[in-house]
Amino acid sequence: MTEAPQKDAFNHFKGTAGYIASAALMEAVNCAIALERPLLIKGEPGTGKTLLAKHTAEALGMPMESWHVKSTSKASEGLYVYDTIQRLNDARFGDGDVGDIRAYIKLGPLGRTFKAGARHVLLIDEIDKADMEFPNDLLLELDEMRFTIMETGDEIAAKQRPVVIITSNNEKELPDAFLRRCIFHFIDFPDVELMKQIVHVHHPNLDAALLDQVLIKFYWLRGQSELRKKPSTSELVDWISALLRSGVTRSRLEAHIPFLGSLLKNEQDTESLLDYTGKGGTLPRRWEDLGPKFNQ
Amino acid sequence: MFLEFFYALRAEGIPLAIQEWMMLMKALQMGQHASSLTSFYNLSRACLVKSETYFDSFDRVFARVFHGVEGEFSASDELMQWLENPVHFKELTDEERAALEMLTSDELMRRYLEILEEQTERHDGGGKWIGTGGRSPFGHGGEHPTGIRVGGTPRNRSAMKIAEDRRYRNYRTDVTLDLRQTKVALKRLRRLTRSGPATELDLDESISETCRNGGEIELVFRPEHRNNVRLLLLLDVGGTMDPHFWPVSRLLTALHEEHGLRDFRPYYFHNCIYENLYEDAWLFQDSAVPTGDLMRHYDERWKVVIVGDASMHPYELVGRRGNINPRLESNTRGIDWLHRIADHFQRTVWINPEPPDRWPRSQTANLIRSIFPMFQLTVDGIEQAVSALIGARRAAAAG
Repeated sequence: MTEAPQKDAFNHFKGTAGYIASAALMEAVNCAIALERPLLIKGEPGTGKTLLAKHTAEALGMPMESWHVKSTSKASEGLYVYDTIQRLNDARFGDGDVGDIRAYIKLGPLGRTFKAGARHVLLIDEIDKADMEFPNDLLLELDEMRFTIMETGDEIAAKQRPVVIITSNNEKELPDAFLRRCIFHFIDFPDVELMKQIVHVHHPNLDAALLDQVLIKFYWLRGQSELRKKPSTSELVDWISALLRSGVTRSRLEAHIPFLGSLLKNEQDTESLLDYTGKGGTLPRRWEDLGPKFNQ
Repeated sequence: MFLEFFYALRAEGIPLAIQEWMMLMKALQMGQHASSLTSFYNLSRACLVKSETYFDSFDRVFARVFHGVEGEFSASDELMQWLENPVHFKELTDEERAALEMLTSDELMRRYLEILEEQTERHDGGGKWIGTGGRSPFGHGGEHPTGIRVGGTPRNRSAMKIAEDRRYRNYRTDVTLDLRQTKVALKRLRRLTRSGPATELDLDESISETCRNGGEIELVFRPEHRNNVRLLLLLDVGGTMDPHFWPVSRLLTALHEEHGLRDFRPYYFHNCIYENLYEDAWLFQDSAVPTGDLMRHYDERWKVVIVGDASMHPYELVGRRGNINPRLESNTRGIDWLHRIADHFQRTVWINPEPPDRWPRSQTANLIRSIFPMFQLTVDGIEQAVSALIGARRAAAAG
C-alpha cells in the first residue's frame, strides 16, 4: 500500500484550531503536496485564501515564505535582484567589495525557499495583481524548482521542493500553460453549518441564539441581488466583534442591523438598504424567512 | 468509462489536456483518492478543472457519467497493486505514452466500477470489503490529528449529490454578470492598447543599464503607456429594457469605474435611435443631442457599444414615422440611423440582454444583427464584444 510520505507527514503534526477547511479543500492541499504541484486557490475576498498558507505551514511544521505580488512585481524579483545601484555607489565611495558580484545579488522569496535546506511553504499571494505575463515567466522555475543567476552563473536548485500555494482574486485571467501545472481549488462561500464553526473559532463564547440571529441577517444580506459588494466571512467576524463590544441584545438585533458600516462597504448598498427599511421593508427574524434553502 | 469522462469533459468545453489527465493518474497512483466517490470527485476536479467557471460543466458531466455510481467505496488491494506497478514507458515517444496512458486510465476506471458494483453487494449483506474510512487523513466530524478540522460537507452527502446540486451554476461565465466579473471582462479594453513607438525615457532602466555599463550613460526608451480607447455607450432605456435593469446598471457602473479608458461617454435612447440621443437617462428634451452632431463630434476611432434588447415593433425600426414618441416623428427611418452609425464608426457592437435563442424570434433583432455584431450581456458576451471592438477587423455578426 503506497501512501505518499507527505501524507503521513501531514498526519503527524499537532496543529492549530484556527482554520476550518472543507473536505474538498483539504484534499486539494494533500494532492498538491503529494504531487509537488503548485496549488492555486481562488475564492471570494475574505474566505481565507491567504490564511490557508499560514495554517498549512503551521500544520506541516514547515517554515513559510511569502511573496506578496504587486502590480509592479516582476517574476525575476522573486528569484533574485542584482543591486547594481548599491554596487555603483560602493564603487564610488569605496565601501564594500565591489569585485564580488555575489555580495550584490539578493535572493527573492522563491530563491530563498529554493536555497533553504528545510522544506518550505511558499505563498505567492494575489498573483493576478501582476502583469499578464508574470505567471508565464515563472513556469520553468516552478516546474523545475531551479534557476540560474545570470550575473554569476550560479545555479540555485531546490533541495526540497517547496509546497507552493498561489492565491488569485480573478483580476486577470491566468495563462493556460500556467493553469495546466497547478492543482486548483475554489473556496466556496461557507454554508451556515461551516460558518457557525468558523465563527466559533473567533468568538467561542457567543450565545447560540444571538449567533443564529446574526447569521440570519448576514445570509439575508448576501441573498440580496441588488448589493454591489456582498459581505464576506471576515466582515462577518468583524461585525460580530463590534456587536459584542457594544453589548447588543438579541431582541434589538431582530429588528435592526446595527453597525451596518462593518458589513456593507459601498455607499450605494447602504443607501439601498436604508431605502428598503425606510419604505417599511422588514428584516428576517427566523431562518424560515430566508426561504426553503435555509430551512433546517 | 474513464475515457468517456475525459472526452465528455472536453466536449463540454472544459480546456483539458493530457497533462492534467496524467496529473490525476499520478494522484490516483499515490493513493490520494482516499476511499469515497466524493473524494474522487474532489480530486478529479482539483486536477482537471482550473477555473470555477467550469465547475458547473464539470458537475453536469460528472453526474451524467457516474450516474448510478453511489455510496462509499474502498480501494481494493488488487487496484492498489495495479497502481503500485504502473506501466513503465520510459522508451516511448510522447504520443505513444499519451495513448498508453489513456488506455490504462480506462482500465483503471473499469476496475473502479467493478469495485463499486461489488460494493453495492456489500450493502446487501456481503462482507467482502473492508471499510477504509480510518485511513482517510481527513475524517469527517471531530478533530483531526493535524488540528485542521474538517467542517462542512456532512457525511451522507455523496459526490453525486454535490454534482447534481449544481451549486456552481452562478459562476458560469455564459450566464451571470456581476459587477466584478464585468470589470474583469472590460479590462481587456485596456490591456490591448499599451503599445506604440518607444518615445518615453525609462529612467529606472536607464539608471540600471548605466550602472551595468560601469557608469557609461545608456539611455533606454520605452513605448508610452497610454490607453487610446475612447468609448461611446448608447443605451436603450425604459419599456422592454426594464427587466434588465440590474445587469445593465452593473455594466454601466463597471464602465464608469473603468479608469483605463481615455474617454467614455454614455448616451440614451428609447427602443431605437432616431434624430436625437439624450445625455440624460430620463430622455428630457433639454438633454437631447442630435445624432448627426454626435457623429460629427466623435470621429470614427471611437468604439461604440449599443446596449438594447433590439426588440420593438417592426414599424419603429423601418417605418418613416417610427419614433414611439409621436411629437418627435421624423422622415428618416430608425434603421437608416443605425446604418449611418455603423458606417461612421469603425467599430460598433450591440450588446443584447436577452438570451441569444430569443434573437431569431424577433424580426427587429434579426435586422439589427445584420448591421452590428450582436453579443449577449454576459461575461462571455462582453469579452467577445470587447475583442470585436479591439480586434483587427470588424467581427462578423455573431450567431
